[in-house]
Parts: sequence; structure tokens; C-alpha cells
Amino acid sequence: METTATTKFEYTPENEEKFQALLPKYPTKQAVVIPALWLAQDQNGYLTPEVMDYVARRLEQSPVSVYAVVEFYTMFHTSPPGQHHIQLCRTLSCTMLGCEDLQALIENKIGIGPGEKTPDGVFSFETVECLGSCGTAPMMRLNNRYFENLTVEKLDNILHACKNGQDPAKVED
Amino acid sequence: MARKIISERFDKKGNNTLEGYKSNGGYQSFDKLFAMKPDDVIDHVKRSGLRGRGGAGFPTGMKWSFVPKSTEKPKYLCVNADEGEPGTFKDRLILELDPHALIEGIIVCCYAVGIETAYVYIRGEYDYPIARFTAAVEEAYKAGLLGGNACGKGIKIDVVVHKGAGAYICGEETGLIESLEGKKGQPRPKPPFPAVEGAFACPTVVNNVETISALPWIINNGAETYASIGTEKSTGTMLFSISGMVEKPGVYEGEFGVNLWDFIEECTGGVKGGKKLKAVIPGGSSSAILTAEEARNTNLDYESIAAAGSMVGSGAIMVLDEDTSIVKALEVVLRFYAHESCGQCPPCRDGTYWLYEIVNRIRMGKGRPEDIDLLFSICPDMSGRTICVLADSAAIPTKSYLEKFRAEFEAAIDHANPPERRLEAGGVNPEARAL
Repeated sequence: METTATTKFEYTPENEEKFQALLPKYPTKQAVVIPALWLAQDQNGYLTPEVMDYVARRLEQSPVSVYAVVEFYTMFHTSPPGQHHIQLCRTLSCTMLGCEDLQALIENKIGIGPGEKTPDGVFSFETVECLGSCGTAPMMRLNNRYFENLTVEKLDNILHACKNGQDPAKVED
Repeated sequence: MARKIISERFDKKGNNTLEGYKSNGGYQSFDKLFAMKPDDVIDHVKRSGLRGRGGAGFPTGMKWSFVPKSTEKPKYLCVNADEGEPGTFKDRLILELDPHALIEGIIVCCYAVGIETAYVYIRGEYDYPIARFTAAVEEAYKAGLLGGNACGKGIKIDVVVHKGAGAYICGEETGLIESLEGKKGQPRPKPPFPAVEGAFACPTVVNNVETISALPWIINNGAETYASIGTEKSTGTMLFSISGMVEKPGVYEGEFGVNLWDFIEECTGGVKGGKKLKAVIPGGSSSAILTAEEARNTNLDYESIAAAGSMVGSGAIMVLDEDTSIVKALEVVLRFYAHESCGQCPPCRDGTYWLYEIVNRIRMGKGRPEDIDLLFSICPDMSGRTICVLADSAAIPTKSYLEKFRAEFEAAIDHANPPERRLEAGGVNPEARAL
């Protein structure tokens, strides 16, 4: 079969070790698909057809079954997210406590709407449903970290820190 | 009123470590546990009256007893930590602050049911809880509590932390199993029930994090002691996630049988900013809404809330104040279910979409006079007509919001349809027809 991909994906030695450690934990190879996709996404940043084919091949699954899984789950990316990926919760408690003001700030300040990425690749933004942090609403997930009890001012400071290459986690405290 | 069993150790420093947990009285249940026969443990849990804390409230011991005793197949435990019902944020605290209680509970369940492998399915967004729980599992392996000779008793118990990838439906037990098997998390028709044929076509127990975490206390203190707390049928305590328009939102543990509003008020300090209470959603966004009056006159236990026409669910209480628009609240709730429908059953896939679209247009000032009747007519075509209850989770709130706060919907629709523009007056409201 011909392939048009220019870069070849494979796990780094460290991830290969993690992949091997996954196999005995599950009675079927198919059950390793999601953990293996996580490893691949963590390594590559997002999942290209080539990466998905690689995971399928390693686990002896049909490529289409892996594509279907990737398509179903919201946390798998098929295009590269921004350096700072914003997931703003907009379910009930967050809505009652002002997530729409936060969305307006993001849209005005960095100029992108849900599902978009800034041309310089610094920010990408999506609105998401309940992240299980309703007691500290409104909140967002920025890359792998929760930012809770947000206000417009606090979010503004966090976005500033991101833009200036500072650690956004330090803004909170 | 507030009584701590599950959250007893939440505020103790270092409790997430094995050493800290032990010094706080953890891992004390094994002498009693292993002195009992596995069947006696199941009986013990039955007598405690413990019910599932994930939402359905099914008696835990009974669920375990459905697992066939004589089977060649391996058996599995799936711990449901996919916490996704809007308003729920309590399992996260157990994973972060008391992870070893969950591990101890897993050992209790595995010993009772004869299970060698437990999968803990944690939602993918919970990076920090996953890290804390994974560290605790590693410690437990090192200490010999898990592994090939778990607790030195010659039994095998493995715990695998499995990270989800973002899908509410994987909190439904058969959706979780499908997802664990590496597929789309689309629920399976029942029967067969997971107890008979679950993960990897083997007998499987699926229990919520909080349910499992209650087990060590029940073994330590006795089934009868646990059963004496709460009411006759709603025994023990539960973690309630209280959010929305209250002064101090958070997770509060309470004994069943107390007055719902008194409990909320005592824990959180009441409605934020001294506003008036409008409504309470008692058991996650899929539960029927209660008016302020109902919330004041209802007790917080499975039976009383059911008698009030709603449910305890996952214990996710959301408080709406006088300024909260019910139309907007329903719109947001329905957007969630429309987004999360897995798409395999048409009544759910299409029903959640249309409920949301119609309430959305009402909220946008484009509602049609017939919209309330239309919404009511869609609900019975969804409820009970699908593989899982996600369709009901959208239909139940829709009906209750409309029934109890009809005037707010009518006002929004009337505003969009002034008399001179109504069809019966010979007029046409082009805007209202736009959708």
C-alpha cells in the first residue's frame, strides 16, 4: 500500500516501554487502543491518520475501528491544538456563575471563537460540557490543569501570562 | 445533621499517602474481612443497606449476588470514576484526598466476589485525580496489599487505572464497559446484565467510587451500625455536591432523612447574596426540578425525593436563585444531553437535538405559540424507548421545568408573538418562523 506521509511515527523508547507495560493489563489487544492512543497523542500532540494506523497495526486492529474511537471521544485531537488549549466549561453551574462573560473575554482578547486557533498557534479554544468542577464554577481546563473560581480579571491575567511565556499556574495564587 | 464517614479523612494532611492513611485509621478492615467467608461479606454488605452512589441507587450487595458463583471465566470489577453528571464533583475528592480508601474498598469487593482484576475508569479530564490515585496504587503494590499475593492472603488482586477520553455516556455502566474494551462508549442492550456478561464477556461488577469507598467503614463498624444511620431504606450517608447560587458551594456529607433545604442552608450558608430561592435540582441535571416550596418540604433520602417526583441520583444538588432564568437553565441542560447523546438510538439522537433546538429558540425570543405542547409531545417518544436512560435524562427535566415553571416559558413565547402578529389575528411573525 502506498503512503503519502512524509514523517514516520513510532513510539519513543520510553513510550515503547509504557506500551509494552500496558499489554498484560488487559485480556484483549483492542482494550489497549485507548491507552495506546493516549501515549501517541501525548508524544505527537495530535493524532494523524499515520499515527492512528500505527496504533492499529501495533494492536492488530483494523484502522477504521481506531478512527471510529478517535472520532467518538472529545479529548482526542486530529489537528494540532494551540500551545495553550483552553477548554471553557459552560454547563449549568458555570453558566449561572458567569462563564458567558469569560467566553466574551476570550473572544475579544484573543480574537477566536469556539473551535478556533490563533494564527500564531499560541491559543486554541473550545467550549466543553461539565468538567466535574461545579463547586468551583466558573472554571476552565488549560492544557492539563484546572483553573477554578474564575473571574474575568483572573482569566485576563492568566491569558496575559500565557501570551508572555509565563507560567499561568502562578497567576492563580 | 452533617455526619462524616466517607469524608472523615478529607481534611487530614498527607492522607493521600499510604502512611498517612494508615495513621488515620486506614487499612484496618482486613482482620474482620478475611475472618469472614466471601459469601458472608456479600451478606454483610446486603444487611448494611448500602446503595449505589453513582445515580441509580441500586442495592450494592444485591448487585454482587447476581454474579454467578460457579464460572470458569474470570470476573472483573469496574470502578466507575467517569463522574460526568452535571453538578457532580465528589468522586474527584475521594481520588485526590482519600485514594487508599478506594483501594481498601476494592480489596473488600474483590475478596467478596472472587475478582482478580479491578479497572478504575477515571474520566480523562481528571489529570490530577488520576495522578494521585495512580501514586496510591503504586504504593499499595509496593506494600503487598495488591498483586499476586494480595494482603498476604494468597489471593490475586490487580488494580488498573484506565483513563477515559471524554464522553459522558461512558459513565453509563455498559457504555463504560464498551469503552474499556477499546470501542466507542455506546451502551449495550440489557439483558445480559454486566453481572452475568460484562467486560470482555465475563461477569462484571460495576460500582461507583463512593460506593466502594464506603465498604471499609461498613466492615470495620458493622453492617447494623451503618444501617442504623439514615432512614430505614436509605441507610448511611452520602456525599452531596452542592453548586450554583449558594454562598459556599462544595462537597458536603450528610445523613439521609434530613430536610433537603435545611441541609443545603446549613452546609452552604444559603442562597448567594441573600437572594430568594427559586428552585433546587436535587440529583444532577437529569433529575426533575423542585420548586423552592418543594425543596423546603422534602427530606433528603431516596424515598422522599422520589415521592416528590425527583431523585437523589448522584447527589448533585444545584441551587437556582430568583434571578436565574428557568428557560435558560433548561436550554443549558438540554444542550448538554444533545451534545452527549451517543447517537445509536434515534429517539435520543433526534429527541435531545429537537428539545434543545426548541428551548433554544424560545430563549432567543423566537418561540412559537405551539412550542410548549410540542415539547410535551416529544418527551413520551423518548422515555423508555432507548437502550440507556440518556433520553430520559433529557425528557425528565424538560417535563418538570415546563410543568412547574410554565409561566416563564409562556412569557418568553408571548414576548416573541405579540397578539397582532399571531396567526389567528391574520398576522405572521416572520421572525418566529425563521427557525
